[in-house]
Amino acid sequence: MKKTILLVLLLIAGITVWRFSPPQNMEAKKLVLTGSSTVAPLAGEIGKRFEALHPGVRVDVQSGGSSRGINDARSGTADIGLVSRALKPEEQDLRSFTIALDGIGLIVHQANPVKELSPKQIVDIYTGKITHWKQVGGADAPITVVNKAEGRSTLELFLHHFQLKSTDIKAQVVIGDNQQGIKTVAGNPDAIGYVSIGSAEYEAGHGTPIKLLPLDGVAASVENVRNGRFPLSRPLNLVTRNEPAEWIKEFIEFARSEQVHDLVEAQYFVPLGR
Amino acid sequence: MIWSKPNISSPSGADPLLLWTARACALGAAAILALVVAFLVRESWPALSRLGFGRFLTDPSWHPTEGLYDLTPMLLGTLYSAAGALLLAVPLGVASALFSRFYAPASTARCYRRVVELLAGIPSVVYGFWGLTTLAPLIGRLHPPGTSLLAGILILALMILPTVALTSEAALATVPAAHLRAAAALGLSRWGMIRGVALPAAKSGIAAGVMLAAGRAIGETMAVLMVSGNVVQQPHRLFDPIRTLTANIALEMSYAMGDHRSALFVSGLALMAVVLVLVAIAESFGRERAGA
Repeated sequence: MKKTILLVLLLIAGITVWRFSPPQNMEAKKLVLTGSSTVAPLAGEIGKRFEALHPGVRVDVQSGGSSRGINDARSGTADIGLVSRALKPEEQDLRSFTIALDGIGLIVHQANPVKELSPKQIVDIYTGKITHWKQVGGADAPITVVNKAEGRSTLELFLHHFQLKSTDIKAQVVIGDNQQGIKTVAGNPDAIGYVSIGSAEYEAGHGTPIKLLPLDGVAASVENVRNGRFPLSRPLNLVTRNEPAEWIKEFIEFARSEQVHDLVEAQYFVPLGR
Repeated sequence: MIWSKPNISSPSGADPLLLWTARACALGAAAILALVVAFLVRESWPALSRLGFGRFLTDPSWHPTEGLYDLTPMLLGTLYSAAGALLLAVPLGVASALFSRFYAPASTARCYRRVVELLAGIPSVVYGFWGLTTLAPLIGRLHPPGTSLLAGILILALMILPTVALTSEAALATVPAAHLRAAAALGLSRWGMIRGVALPAAKSGIAAGVMLAAGRAIGETMAVLMVSGNVVQQPHRLFDPIRTLTANIALEMSYAMGDHRSALFVSGLALMAVVLVLVAIAESFGRERAGA
C-alpha cells in the first residue's frame, strides 16, 4: 500500500518536473503585450496557442487599458500594444492591425412589442427620463433598465457612443457578464439591456426569448458588425511602433488568421471577414 | 515483560514529535489567516493612503471610474440581506429540527433528515440560477424589476436553512436523555419539555449554528449576485435592488485597475471586519453563558 502511494507520488513529481521545466536547448524569446482589458483575454488565448506552435517563444500579456497599450507600444516597454478602438489622428505614428471586431446590441424580451428605439430614446431610458414602455409605444409596464458593472469595456463603449457619464445612468439591475445580462432580460418581459452582439445572436438563435433591437436602422447582427455598417462597434487592435520584427510579425499574422477564429468567437467577438 | 514497555505516563519519543507536529499545524493555520489579512491590507493600501479611510464612507456614490468610492450602501446591503435571511431561516430551521427530533415518527424523521442534508449539498450557483429564472420573475410580477433585496433574502434564507436545521438538530441530540425522561416524569407536556429543558440545554449549540449560518449568508457571492440586482443604493423597500460587498468584488474585479482595483480590496477588508465583529459578538455571548 505504502509502496503504491510512494510510486504515485514519484510519478506526479516526475510529470510536474517534466511538464514545467523550460526547454533548455532553445533560447526563449519573450513577446510582451500590454493594454486593453477587452483584448487581453483574447490575446492571452492566442498567445497560448502560438506558444504551443512555437516552443521557443513565451507570450506575456498584461492588461491596463487601451491608453497603456498606446504608451507602452510607443515607449517600447511592450512589443505590442492592445487597443480596443481605432487609432486617433495623433496616434498615426503607430501601426495598427485589427484582429477582431466587437459590437454591442440592445436587447429586450421577445414578447416586447417595441421594434426600434431612437438613440435619443435610448439615452432617455438609460438616464431615467423615460421610465415607462408606453412612452415609447410599448406595453403598459415600467421599464427595467439593465446596466453593466463599472470597469466593463461594454459599458465604456456604450457610454462613449451615447456621450453619457457613468453617474448619469439610472439602472434597476446591474450585471456582470453577457450571459447574466441575457438571462436577466429573458426572465423579465419589461427589461432592456445591452450585451455583445455575438453572444446575443447565438442565444437568440438557440431559443432564448430575447430580441436584438436595430440601431439607426441597421439590424444588430454579427454580419453588420463585420461589414462595418453597425454603428455601435469597434475594432480590437494590436499596435506596434514602426515596422515589427519578423517573428513579431509572425505572431500578428497568426492572430489575424483563421487559425484563431474559434478563440475570437469564444470571447463573443466577431472575426474578420473570411 | 510488561515493565519493559515505555510507561504511558512518562514522556516518550513519540509525544514531543506529535506535540511539535500539532504546534506546526496550528501555527500554519494561524499564519494563513494572518497572511490573508496582510495581503488584503497591502493591496488596499494604495487606495487607503491616497484617498483616506473616510472617503469610503462619505463619498456621494460608488463610481470608481470617476473617482467616487462610497462603500456604505454595499455594507448595508450585506447586513440587510444577511439579517433578513437569518430572521427567516432561524425560526424555520429550529422548528424543523424540533419536528424531526420530537414530533415526527422515526421513519419520517430519518427521511426528512436526508432531504435536509441534500438541500445543504446543493451548490450556490444552482440556487442563484433558480432564483434568476424563477424567483425573480415571480417577484417581478408583484413589483418590477424582481431582482431585489427580497429575492436576495429569500435565496439566502433557503441556503442557510439546512445549516441551521442540521446544527440545531445535532445540538438537540446532545441533550441527555435522562433530562428528557425526568421532564416527562414531572408530567410536563411535550412543548413544556422542549421549552423548559431541551431548548435551554441546546442553546449554545444552536447559537453556534446560527453564527455559522450568518457567516455563510455574509460570504455568499454567486447566488446573491444573480438575484439581487446589484444597483449600488441604500434600499428603502424590500423591492429595491441592492449590491452586497461580495457581489461588488465579483462583478468588478476582473476589469478593475489602479485605484479601482485597490478600492475593491478595501471592500474585501470591510467584509473581513464585518465577519470579525460577528465572531467577537458570538465570543462575548459564549463568555456570558460560561460566566452565568
